[in-house]
Amino acid sequence: MALNFADLEKVYEDLARTLDRLSPSEREVFLCKLSLLMARDLGDLSRVQAMIQTAQNHLEKV
Amino acid sequence: MGREDDSLRPAGKGAHESLYFTYPAFTAPDRAHVLEHEGCRVAIVGAGPVGMFAALTLARFGIASVLFDNKDTFNDGSRAICVQRSSYQALERAGAVQPFIEKAYGWTMGRTFYRGKQILEFEMPHSNSEKYLPMYNIQQQFIEQYLWDAVAASPLIEARWCSEVTGIEDTESGVRLSVQDSNGRYQCAAEWVLAADGARSAIRSMRGLRLKGDNFPGRYVIADVQMDHTYPTIRRALFDSKSNPDKTILIHRQPDNIWRIDYQMPDGQSEEEAFSEDNIRDNVGRILRDIDYQGAWELEWWSIYSANTLALDDYRDGRVIFIGDSAHIVPIFGVRGLNNGLADAENAGWKLARVLKGLSDERLMDSYSPERRGATLDVFENATKSARFMTPPTRGWTLMRDAALSLALDHEWAGAFANPRQMEPFTYTDGGAVLPHMETAGSVKPGAVLPNERLSVDTYLSDLLGNGFSLLVLAEKDPAGLDDLKASLQSLDPDFECITSGHIRARFGAANLSRLHERLGTQPGATLLIRPDGYLAGAWPTCVADVIVAQVTAAFGRKETHRWL
Repeated sequence: MALNFADLEKVYEDLARTLDRLSPSEREVFLCKLSLLMARDLGDLSRVQAMIQTAQNHLEKV
Repeated sequence: MGREDDSLRPAGKGAHESLYFTYPAFTAPDRAHVLEHEGCRVAIVGAGPVGMFAALTLARFGIASVLFDNKDTFNDGSRAICVQRSSYQALERAGAVQPFIEKAYGWTMGRTFYRGKQILEFEMPHSNSEKYLPMYNIQQQFIEQYLWDAVAASPLIEARWCSEVTGIEDTESGVRLSVQDSNGRYQCAAEWVLAADGARSAIRSMRGLRLKGDNFPGRYVIADVQMDHTYPTIRRALFDSKSNPDKTILIHRQPDNIWRIDYQMPDGQSEEEAFSEDNIRDNVGRILRDIDYQGAWELEWWSIYSANTLALDDYRDGRVIFIGDSAHIVPIFGVRGLNNGLADAENAGWKLARVLKGLSDERLMDSYSPERRGATLDVFENATKSARFMTPPTRGWTLMRDAALSLALDHEWAGAFANPRQMEPFTYTDGGAVLPHMETAGSVKPGAVLPNERLSVDTYLSDLLGNGFSLLVLAEKDPAGLDDLKASLQSLDPDFECITSGHIRARFGAANLSRLHERLGTQPGATLLIRPDGYLAGAWPTCVADVIVAQVTAAFGRKETHRWL
């Protein structure tokens, strides 16, 4: 079950505030740790791998 | 919003030399007249849209007022261009909506683009039950012109232009203003003052009051251009476009071929640079090419703003009531500056009229600040989210915003983060001017705006309401004692109106009556009391006359003896 928008927005705000508390180098490690925690909880390798692909889309500037 | 020197026109143009609008030139009132008329019931300081609308609302209830404004014409430029449905309903109640209907462009849709690709198309809530569209675009000088036409036609309103209020002091019976105009100084007593003198309110500083709150980083330029651009009336928001990398652009259509280009200042430009005509032309030209407009365009006017959430702790200071930007400054993204100002004016206006007519105790005015300040804080909450998305204040908010926009290119759900959250009117809590409710009737909640419903081709529920309080008795048969109930409420409000199921069935048929029940979520028997500003004051599952009269008398009746009677 996907999170509803209101909950997703809480995650958005929590992450924004957390990122602001961290230094640039801490941010990268933090996001990697968070990804591993979420991947483990999701319990589905193929979906995690698909998300790793999806998240790479549109990173480059136009 | 801004001072005169915050808004500019192209070199060679006069301060009010517009491509499409002729500004009036007002003069100071006759010297003998101001010296003869030493007092008024209500003085309204500031003849902008909020001040003029307050005067019209007081006149709606037969109360005379004097408007003071230090300018000799309207505010310069298009400024607040989005008028909400609830404001149209308020304008209609004041008898001033018709010219707006004829001129403004209604709209329901917005589109959001990221790096040139559309990521979101949103529709504002709308249905056939509504008399008006959710939003209308119209330049502020037309808003002021149409309100002024109504003010000038009213025998109850006197406007004194070129008249600066330079002092204010409390007296036994109200307030005394010192006024300076081109003919000299004079004093004018008033029982009450409505301070509608804007973001830099002189009355506010003279009363020693300060706005409190936050400023957001990120400066915006708003520029109006005239061009033959064919795009429907749809709000466009552009994030990280070629013409303004990493920054935000908003585009709105206005009447008379005028387009609002609202863009976040590019990095590396100082405020002075960004505000220079060459830079405005450069930036606007780049944005127009970006949206594929190839034709000619003329620059009309530009201004600058930043997002603030600032408010007074209390919108009332004795006999001085702050309405509009003098009481609160909200970020532009929720389009609640003008709309909330008009709601302030109507809220203060009907209550003050009742107090001045001796129908309500002065303590009715105590409900003004909690209701309207509550609405401001609600706007702050939503507008803060919008401002964080439009102009992220820090690295964390920027990263999250960019992540959401990037995901939105492939995933519709992520587009929801870009929704501008234009708001429905705020729901007031009970106490004060909303009756305490132990039980309620259906899905309608006291304190909320009464929902509208279409009852025939050209008649809506709102058309049946009276000028003052209205009682909607939705019982199958007229309840016992209805005539006595009507007489009691009539004595509490001479403008009182009663509408029964019988009326509605006879005029519009049983099918429309049951559709009305469906819309309001009510069962037969439900009885609703609607305030003069369209808000629901109370709702009862059945019409029990003595309960209703007791509650209405307690909240809106008069117990004290007024000193001016």
